[in-house]
Amino acid sequence: MLLNTESNMQDFDAFYEALIESHRDLTTAQSHEMNAKLVLLLANHVGELDVVRDALRRARETVLATKA
Amino acid sequence: MNYQTQEFTYSRSTDQRAATPVRHPVVIVGAGPVGLALAIDLAQRGQKVVVLDDDFRLSSGSRAICFAKRTLEIFDTLGIGDQAVAKGVSWNVGKVFHREALVYQFNLLPEPAHKHPAFINLQQYYAEGFLAERAAQLPNIDLRWKNRVVAVDNAASGTTLTIDTPDGEYTIIADYCVACDGSRSPIRKLIGEESKGQVFKDRFLIADVKMTAPFPTERWFWFDPPFHPNQSVLLHKQPDDVWRIDFQLGWDADPEEEKKPERVIPRVQALLGKDVEFELEWVSVYTFACTRMPKFRHGRLFFCGDSAHLVSPFGARGANSGIQDANNLGWKLDAVLRGQANEHLLDTYGAEREYAADENILNSTRSTDFITPKSEISRLFRDAALSLAKDHAFARRIVNSGRLSLPSSYLNSSLNTLDEDAFDGGVKPGAPALDAPISRNGVNTWFMSELPPSFACVVYKENNTVEVSRMDTGASQNFVASTEWISRYDAAPGTTYLFRPDHHVAARWRAYDASKISNAVRRALGQ
Repeated sequence: MLLNTESNMQDFDAFYEALIESHRDLTTAQSHEMNAKLVLLLANHVGELDVVRDALRRARETVLATKA
Repeated sequence: MNYQTQEFTYSRSTDQRAATPVRHPVVIVGAGPVGLALAIDLAQRGQKVVVLDDDFRLSSGSRAICFAKRTLEIFDTLGIGDQAVAKGVSWNVGKVFHREALVYQFNLLPEPAHKHPAFINLQQYYAEGFLAERAAQLPNIDLRWKNRVVAVDNAASGTTLTIDTPDGEYTIIADYCVACDGSRSPIRKLIGEESKGQVFKDRFLIADVKMTAPFPTERWFWFDPPFHPNQSVLLHKQPDDVWRIDFQLGWDADPEEEKKPERVIPRVQALLGKDVEFELEWVSVYTFACTRMPKFRHGRLFFCGDSAHLVSPFGARGANSGIQDANNLGWKLDAVLRGQANEHLLDTYGAEREYAADENILNSTRSTDFITPKSEISRLFRDAALSLAKDHAFARRIVNSGRLSLPSSYLNSSLNTLDEDAFDGGVKPGAPALDAPISRNGVNTWFMSELPPSFACVVYKENNTVEVSRMDTGASQNFVASTEWISRYDAAPGTTYLFRPDHHVAARWRAYDASKISNAVRRALGQ
């Protein structure tokens, strides 16, 4: 199975609102910790190592492609 | 006609000489787009309307500039739709940029075969000017300029208004009064009510510039562009070679300083390029809020448009939702004034439009939070979504530069008759009618143009025939359905839709049944 990068959610605006809300009142360090835990939780849910590797690669590539 | 310099004359009303206060069925306060739209709707239904306005001019500056398809359809019923579209700039394509790069583009009306485009851009003073000219043709409308309401007694027996004029004060009584007097609504203050919600700590500069540069007729939105770092910018075309540019300035900007031409011109020049010639038409600095009144109905007094609810400008939900308020209230007031419905129907104005306001506020708040992130982490996620969007389709759905105004569907309204038959899509009870081509005797027309201003029963029959019947007079006409019409209404022979006078669906069935239809009409009248 490949990483699905097509739209795969009904209500992105509600998701995004919940995501930002979940970080409310956290310090930057706490937000980092939370994001790390979120990655671990979601990776476990995905379950397929190839799919997770593909996501890791894409995320890293877009970071390196962005000018500092 | 130059609507920006046009001045209307005050003239003394006979009410001002009356020994006792004169009583009127409907008094509308505010001759902006919402008040005028409601006045025209009621006047066309045969109601006499008094409209009071404290000024004697139309909108100053372009202000609301995006009029959505649903508003244009309502404008058609008011007699100014074609005029607005002819003058307006039609656009469907929007482009989103992040820093130097185009992230993606969208087309708002991928579905062809609608009479009207998704949006037109038109300065508010044109929309108001067209509505004012239409109102002047209707003898049922008594429009009184320089009439400022200074006191309100909102009693159970009638709403008494004390009005200040160049000839002094006078008093009238309204069976029903509608406050369309804008975001700072004096009427709201006079009855001690508030519009509550969230105020956003940011400032935006609006610059309307006149130029003939060859920019395409599209909506361009920049996140963090090189010419205005760390902030957002929006570019839109209006008629008469006028372009609207919105620059995000941040909360610390000084509004008076930022309005000065020596501050504005370099910002505009940086966007357009140094060789482009332009002149400034109008400049304003604004902050915004998402607020609403807890209730839009207060006995005999109703609030419509910005007086009732306020949204941030992202998504063009201010004027568009105000016009929908007017569209919702007009037929209900008419039905009650004619004795065809009781007072309960008027409560549903509040229920339906408060729901719509919540939907608009939700969408507008989400857009504002995306465009102006409030924390470091919020900005990080936003920039991550923008960065992923170029090559990852899902991330484009996260990018939010304004979810442009769509009409609310009153799916939970008490006026709906719930489906008892199976439909695969189509237009649900509570949703507004969808347009599609139809024809009569070989002449092409549009479904929305053929819906009457009354309750209407629409039956799809054999041989692609669509029968549209007025429920008040019984008059009916046959049309030939297009494939688009059949598919949009999920129609099979026998499919029957009942439309309310505001063209929202009240009920639908798979077979025509006169007794079910009359029950559904009663229900849609709040009985």
